[in-house]
Amino acid sequence: MSEKITLAKGLNMGLRKAMEADPKVLVMGEDVGKLGGVFRITDGLQKDFGEDRVIDSPLAESGIVGTAVGMAMRGYRPVVEIQFDGFVYPAYDQIVCQVAKIHFRSKGRIKMPIVIRIPFGGGIGAVEHHSESPEAQFAHTPGLKVVACSNPVDGYWMIQQAIACDDPVIFLEPKRQYHADKADLDDSVSPDPLFTSRVVRPGQDVTVLAYGPTVKTAMKAAEAASGEGRSLEVIDLRTLSPLDMEPVLDSVRRTGRAVVVHEAHVNLGLGAELAARITEQCFYNLESPVLRVGGFDTPYPASRMEEEWLPDLDRVLDAVDRTLSY
Amino acid sequence: MSGPATDPAAPPPAFGPDLAEVFGPSQQDGGPELVQLLTPEGERVHHPEFDMEFSEDELRGFYRDMVMVRRIDTESTALQRHGELGIWAQLLGQEAAQVGAGRALRPQDFVFPTYREHGVAWCRGLDPLKLLGLFRGVDHGDWDPEEYNFGLYTIVIGAQTLHATGYAMGMQRDGAVGTGDPDRDAAVIAHFGDGASSQGDVNEAFIFAASYNAPVVFFCQNNQWAISEPIERQTRIPLYQRALGFGFPGVRVDGNDVLATYAVTQAALQRARDGQGPTLVEAYTYRMGAHTTTDDPTRYRLSGDVESWKLKDPIARVEAYLKRNGLADATFFDEVAGEANDLGARLRDGVKALPDPRPLDIFGVVYAEETDELRQQHDEFAAYLDSFEGAHA
Repeated sequence: MSEKITLAKGLNMGLRKAMEADPKVLVMGEDVGKLGGVFRITDGLQKDFGEDRVIDSPLAESGIVGTAVGMAMRGYRPVVEIQFDGFVYPAYDQIVCQVAKIHFRSKGRIKMPIVIRIPFGGGIGAVEHHSESPEAQFAHTPGLKVVACSNPVDGYWMIQQAIACDDPVIFLEPKRQYHADKADLDDSVSPDPLFTSRVVRPGQDVTVLAYGPTVKTAMKAAEAASGEGRSLEVIDLRTLSPLDMEPVLDSVRRTGRAVVVHEAHVNLGLGAELAARITEQCFYNLESPVLRVGGFDTPYPASRMEEEWLPDLDRVLDAVDRTLSY
Repeated sequence: MSGPATDPAAPPPAFGPDLAEVFGPSQQDGGPELVQLLTPEGERVHHPEFDMEFSEDELRGFYRDMVMVRRIDTESTALQRHGELGIWAQLLGQEAAQVGAGRALRPQDFVFPTYREHGVAWCRGLDPLKLLGLFRGVDHGDWDPEEYNFGLYTIVIGAQTLHATGYAMGMQRDGAVGTGDPDRDAAVIAHFGDGASSQGDVNEAFIFAASYNAPVVFFCQNNQWAISEPIERQTRIPLYQRALGFGFPGVRVDGNDVLATYAVTQAALQRARDGQGPTLVEAYTYRMGAHTTTDDPTRYRLSGDVESWKLKDPIARVEAYLKRNGLADATFFDEVAGEANDLGARLRDGVKALPDPRPLDIFGVVYAEETDELRQQHDEFAAYLDSFEGAHA
């Protein structure tokens, strides 16, 4: 049976499924209860699962993540919502020093099955601190796993898989996609494993690597490029830590060219790591340097100029042109 | 329109109590609110709310515990001086606070320590040798928290108070609070110090615990010093009074009085187990030693202060009480001293026998589900180590 759902709906349905399957799954965050979250991702969950399992928290991010650590130690599987990307920093210490390290510190005796959901990225015309892409900060932290969904069907499956994972998962949701596009969800089709990347459009000339909100941008660019006789292969990375390099390397060995697209600042971002690994592992297949398209190394701008700041179709095509000109 | 008329000669309005009074010289001995059951001279006194009777065995047990805990501390300090430990966090002077709090626990209660709770660990039955691994640098704490209901040492100041609160919220959801079954009802105790009371996490823990009425006791050992910073740098009111602002009770107990600390802590734990929510216990004590073996307190505090606190020694007052009341004889004191000597010898021998960590073991415990990336790093590192002449994998 299939139905058309948005990303917001997919995440909501996935959370509901996970809560039905395991009574130890708890949802906690600011406004996640009666309101259903500011993006309505947890809509209706408190009504059906009660205030003990869908917990409206005080406005304190370190408190949300720090108490989730204690709940996990007690055998629960907390799914916490950070309301916006730019508000995760008060919880940064708990995430990096505690969530990420407790399994290691305890020699594997204590598991930390915590999912930290973060709506990330820009493009919604918001005020400062509401449009950021902090993924590299977490991907750089041993002990965390970091994934980003890009579409409704992945949202549905990936949130369930992240909750089932015994390791802490930073779960990034492209907020501008929440209510944007609908897709067919067929619950009977089994999903890909969580920590895998996927070719979402096959091609021969250039490999374009994207995740979260830039998958859509890359797909549009590939469509436009095909009109000019250029065939782009688009890979939705889905997992940022660990990286699933095999599909990436397979692709680059064929195309000899790669462009990484993310909204995060280019300097020391995921693109830098991908470029390094591609260079290390298929140096002799490369026809040109790996190029990166991303946010500039400035703080996120005021929203009236975010369309210029964010990587768009033209900037991706420009990078494709440059990589082909080598 | 003009505003209300004010008399320019009138004194400015008062916004609350005179802070010089609540934090003035009258507080130096802990102030009038200090709960005490045994004076520094070893005289038994009574308290209207927290009075308790103790059996002879219990009293001797407290004495024995504190002597043993002090030996762990002095022996470990010496081991650091001999180069066997990289660092040691000393608890000298805080034996009563830790033994009182530790003995008030039931098996099903759970402890979240800082890195100085060696005395609480002792009460939980943890082999002190296990504490030394962290300070020797061979591990980050090699005990199973679930076996002892005693968490791993937490070095980031105050972070564990949030873990304690979340754990307590889990107990609530498990139906382990307020059932009236003494073997089932449980509570959490979160240890921290006066320095940690300034941390955001501690204040957030107070807010979460109050908001959800979580069964957690916040046990603050106010030892007057956060490395070189005196308590006056952290607070302008007595710490226990902060609790009221968060919406739960606070009490200040003589942290050098093991009887009072026990009585107050077990009352606070019982309150939590009964479902009545959090309590802040401020154990008023003094850090007789340095912050750690890397610290030099002569740079920032007067030896006279230390001397005056020596007169309030937690062990001496119990010893005086036991002797004066004929509750222990020379044989008992000799036995305890002998036991402490044996423990010291065991620590000295045991610490040198702690195995060094093996380089290749670090990769497998980062994640519950190991990643291909780390497996590959492990294999590459193994091959690198093997590449040296004479290497044996």
